[in-house]
Amino acid sequence: MSRFSRSWMLVAVGIIAAFSVVRLVTGADQISSTGTLRAALVAACPILMAGLGGLWAERAGVVNIGLEGQMILGTWGAAFFTYHYGPWVGVVGAALLGALGGLLHAIATVTFGVDHIVSGVAINLIGAGAATFLAEAIFPDLEGGGPRQLIGLDTPTKITIPGVSDAALAIADKHWFFVSDLAAFVGALTTGMSTLVIAIFLAVALSAWVLWRTRFGLRLRSCGENPQAAETLGVDVYRYKYVAVLISGACAGIGGASLALVSSSGFNTGQTGGRGYIGLASMIFGNWTPGGLLSGAVLFGYTDVLRLRDSHAVHALLLLVAIGLLAYAALRYWRGQRRLALVVAAAGAAFLLWFSLTDTVPREFTSMTPYLTTLLVLALGAQRLRMPAADGKPYRKGSAG
Amino acid sequence: MAQEVDAVQLIGIGKRFPGVIANHDVDLTIRAGSVHALIGENGAGKSTLMKILYGVQRPDDGTIRIDGQEVVLKSPTDAIEHGVGMVFQHFMLADNLTVLENIVLGAERLHGIGDAARAEVLSISSAYGFGLSPDLLVEKLGVADRQRLEITKVLYRGAKIIILDEPTAVLVPQEVEALFVNLRELRAAGNAVLFISHKLDEVLAIADDITVMRRGTTVGTADPATATRRQLAEMMVGSELPSPATAESTVTDEVQLRLDGVTLTDEAGRHLLDGVSLSIRRGEVLGIAGVEGNGQNELVEAIMGMRVPTSGTVTFGEQDVTRWRTRRLREAGIGYVPEDRHRHGLLLDSPLWENRILGHQTRPPSAKGPWINRRGARADAQRIMIDYDVRAPGIDTLARSLSGGNQQKFIVGREMSGNPALLVASHPTRGVDVGAQAAIWDHIRRARREGLAVLLISADLDELIGLSDTIEVILRGRLVGRFNPGSVTPQDLGAAMTGGDEA
Amino acid sequence: MSALRSVGLALLAPLIAVVVSVLATTIVIAAAGGAPGDFWSALFSNPLPRVRVNIVNQTAIIYIAAVAAAIGFRMGLFNIGLEGQYTVASFAAASFAGAAYLSGFANVAVALVIAMAAGAAWAGIAGVLKTTRGVSEVISTIMLNSIAITLVGYLLNRYGVHEGNSVHTKYLEGSSTLTGYTPYDTRDGQVWALSLLAVVVGVGFWVLLTKTRFGFDLRASGQSESAALASGINPKRMIIVSMLLSGAVAGLIWMPALFGGARSYGTSFQVGLGFTGIAVALLGRNRPLGIAFGALLFAFLTAQSNTLTFNSDIPPSIIQITQGVAVLAVVIAYEVVRRYRLRLEQHTVARELAPPEKEASA
Repeated sequence: MSRFSRSWMLVAVGIIAAFSVVRLVTGADQISSTGTLRAALVAACPILMAGLGGLWAERAGVVNIGLEGQMILGTWGAAFFTYHYGPWVGVVGAALLGALGGLLHAIATVTFGVDHIVSGVAINLIGAGAATFLAEAIFPDLEGGGPRQLIGLDTPTKITIPGVSDAALAIADKHWFFVSDLAAFVGALTTGMSTLVIAIFLAVALSAWVLWRTRFGLRLRSCGENPQAAETLGVDVYRYKYVAVLISGACAGIGGASLALVSSSGFNTGQTGGRGYIGLASMIFGNWTPGGLLSGAVLFGYTDVLRLRDSHAVHALLLLVAIGLLAYAALRYWRGQRRLALVVAAAGAAFLLWFSLTDTVPREFTSMTPYLTTLLVLALGAQRLRMPAADGKPYRKGSAG
Repeated sequence: MAQEVDAVQLIGIGKRFPGVIANHDVDLTIRAGSVHALIGENGAGKSTLMKILYGVQRPDDGTIRIDGQEVVLKSPTDAIEHGVGMVFQHFMLADNLTVLENIVLGAERLHGIGDAARAEVLSISSAYGFGLSPDLLVEKLGVADRQRLEITKVLYRGAKIIILDEPTAVLVPQEVEALFVNLRELRAAGNAVLFISHKLDEVLAIADDITVMRRGTTVGTADPATATRRQLAEMMVGSELPSPATAESTVTDEVQLRLDGVTLTDEAGRHLLDGVSLSIRRGEVLGIAGVEGNGQNELVEAIMGMRVPTSGTVTFGEQDVTRWRTRRLREAGIGYVPEDRHRHGLLLDSPLWENRILGHQTRPPSAKGPWINRRGARADAQRIMIDYDVRAPGIDTLARSLSGGNQQKFIVGREMSGNPALLVASHPTRGVDVGAQAAIWDHIRRARREGLAVLLISADLDELIGLSDTIEVILRGRLVGRFNPGSVTPQDLGAAMTGGDEA
Repeated sequence: MSALRSVGLALLAPLIAVVVSVLATTIVIAAAGGAPGDFWSALFSNPLPRVRVNIVNQTAIIYIAAVAAAIGFRMGLFNIGLEGQYTVASFAAASFAGAAYLSGFANVAVALVIAMAAGAAWAGIAGVLKTTRGVSEVISTIMLNSIAITLVGYLLNRYGVHEGNSVHTKYLEGSSTLTGYTPYDTRDGQVWALSLLAVVVGVGFWVLLTKTRFGFDLRASGQSESAALASGINPKRMIIVSMLLSGAVAGLIWMPALFGGARSYGTSFQVGLGFTGIAVALLGRNRPLGIAFGALLFAFLTAQSNTLTFNSDIPPSIIQITQGVAVLAVVIAYEVVRRYRLRLEQHTVARELAPPEKEASA
């Protein structure tokens, strides 16, 4: 275990150092400012919950492409219930609506054996349509509402830890190498941090514990690895798949809640913008583990946020990517994978060139980052990715023996 | 002397499925604290019997007694409660979970899933010398370790009667020895082990009692101390072999297919085929006999272009076709009757006339250039139905609706169309009713008279001896014996197939 | 099984789907405080002339989209990337046609070819990733969708014509705009000339599937990978060619609109057709005729629902629910009917196969 956490420490230190270097070289303070980091964490939440939802379902062997639709239902539910009963009821309402979407998916795939992708596509249609319709039908009559929005909602409380926050912010402002960046990170965590965001990060930890340290989790995972074997051992596979998909939908719903209540000022039709799919991407990026999923979501959240910062910061990002790629190439070379290392190094050099030859980067390119990264990870890492063995495969009771 | 209660008694067990009697009048007695071997050929009914003992199937007739008490087993859970544990031939393990997780799954209430469970696993493992590490991922385990894991699974749940279904099928000789050591330990601890196999030398080495099954019923018992391999083989295959057809030989001198030193290795470096050399002449039927899983499938795949041999050559007529893919081989005149007609031979949800096209979609009458010749295919499908006596409402019937025998007749008819020069027939009459079987044999004989070369792979000795001009036996990927069907004895054949003569 | 029974069973699933979606829609409207009766009467009222023209046009382009999806589905390939493919293709075609290197019909023809090529290339990326690296085409096409939209947005912004708040590619010259068919008043709009593409695509799809060797290979691969392999089909080749074909057809999706009145790629671009196409393909069971009915149904529902704002206070977006529920209901219904059908057949076979009284004993 300690070797594991030691390598994580090294990676963390490396990342902070890289950020620091780039910041000092380019003068783009924004890339690791408190504001940016906090915004990145907030932006990561919907993606994180979608990914977590995907994880729950796929660990039980069900592919849930319908996360997008379930998240959309969540945004509507959060807005509606928050308006009437307050933000935390809103979160619960969002989870319920998301779970409802999950229930449809479970009925279609587990009970009726419909293809998982087909069902997911249908759920997305229904979810999007339902939310659009319900918004148009109900929101215009509410205060702050219109046919496509509902704003001015109460938000979950924000927490600031007094002493730590002030100190961190002060150190961050000094722009010292490494220390200030670390302080900025601490500052982001302790200043105006929404309780919902904290809850979401806790949910990830909780999911990890449940899935890997409890009987329930073991049985659920066995359904995704070898349901026939699980059946011969007395596990009710259908039941676990149902539960997993319901939880999956609820997670997506909560992701929608964070989008409506924390990231944005309320509900807007179409605000999810594909985050359900990016969540799936971060799940794959994270190799179907909560930790990996977390890093993926934070990465994608960060690029999401940086796009909105000034173009100087975006340009600085190129250097960061170049450093990251070259470091990765070095690692691969050291592990003996020469060819891969050269390819990655070439890519790193390309980014370096791009950085030095241009002044700005078109905004659109950063918004492509999650998608390109996913493709790259899938294409390059196919051997190392390990999805649950029976993921997406149809299962019928009695198919064992 | 106190009468010791037998661990298991099966009395008069019978089981029927639609169209087939799997078991009838089966009597089996397993003494406590013994290793009991159940032997028989493929299709003798052993697996069905085991499924009954493990609660996966209910018997139609007969009674089951465990430790002297009559029991009814409605599910594997019942069987487990009565102390029966089964290690399937195809392991039921989740690769991505650890050893411990695989063991405790479903039995978490026994010792939890944490340290108490770990301790229990380690204690079982050391008691029998299994050497398992609980926190290792199963995918890292080799085959022999996986088997020990499966055995630990049943022991963890308190099994006293352990059924092993063909446990040595996937092991190399050293691993077999290690397994036997484990089995002796289990026996010493008072467990009863039921060991299903058709490897006679192993059975004689480990068993205390032997029961033989043939054609769905138990035909006798044997005492390993006094029985010989030949006696056992004879009980397994019957004391009489069918006499081959006495028609005059149709074998010509022209070689149609030749394999020279064909070797096929898998990623782990195991030789699936090891230096196979054979030749089939026009008008000749070469039969390949052997216990399943000894390389027959790989031989077929290598010849049919689905796998490329690691070394060696395949020559068809005058041409080197070693690297040719399936379509090209078929176009050159090789017909293929696959072992699993549902998975490889038919489109079940398509009508018969479309199935006529399958495998032949680049040649007339099914195709004309890039187009499908619908009329041609339909007409020819009709012809096949008539010529091969395929019983079905019509050529528009879905393939799924036909009986196995009729499906197979259709496939044979299809593959014989277009005058192939070679027919690769893998278990061509498996699961087929007697009438259809006879019809298929007639067609093969007729084609043989007209010059067809046939590679026949079969587990049915009637079929092999009745059709073949020459029989080769395959064992562990190598050809180990060549026999003349007119003069071979069942003992010789059985011995070659089971490797009794090997060191 | 008798022909009547067979036909009955085939229609059973869509029928169930229709009933379920009607029921669901009614419940949602009632729950939201609307009047279902008003809704249904408005929906099934006689369409206005303008709406009729719109229905025909939309049916055509939805049909093309659905065929593009169906080509992949028939093989078990999930091409969710239609959205991105037709975006890239439309942009490419509009840019070329607007640049007016050629004129008249030649311009249109070459633009169509470019559209097909661009769509095919974009889809081909996913195909190559699948055959060489084993990347699931579901995820890769979804990713490529977003990349396409972003990329085209960037290119448009950079190289397009900015007009006030909007940006678009260069307008087509008059000679490149094809006159359509105006059945009513001019202000009611014209049926796009290239709507006929839908017919061409449909016939082509049908011919491909039923009459060509490739179509046979495609269907066989979709039915049983193992049987296809044993019969000599090369699975990698099939995947690549199918994705290319699917993308090529996808490229044509918006062409009727471009050459029928939109005149440029920009704010007039209709998004969402990719997903509609997928939904309709599922609805129509990937068959040329079934898809046609599905396309007509969806076009009708969407067009009519837009008139709802005038006739009742039920928001038109209700129709999205109807459509989504219809798709889900139909795929579930198909599964149910399929299992039922299978059981029927097995009973028939079992009856025929009843074992004779005496069996040969060992």
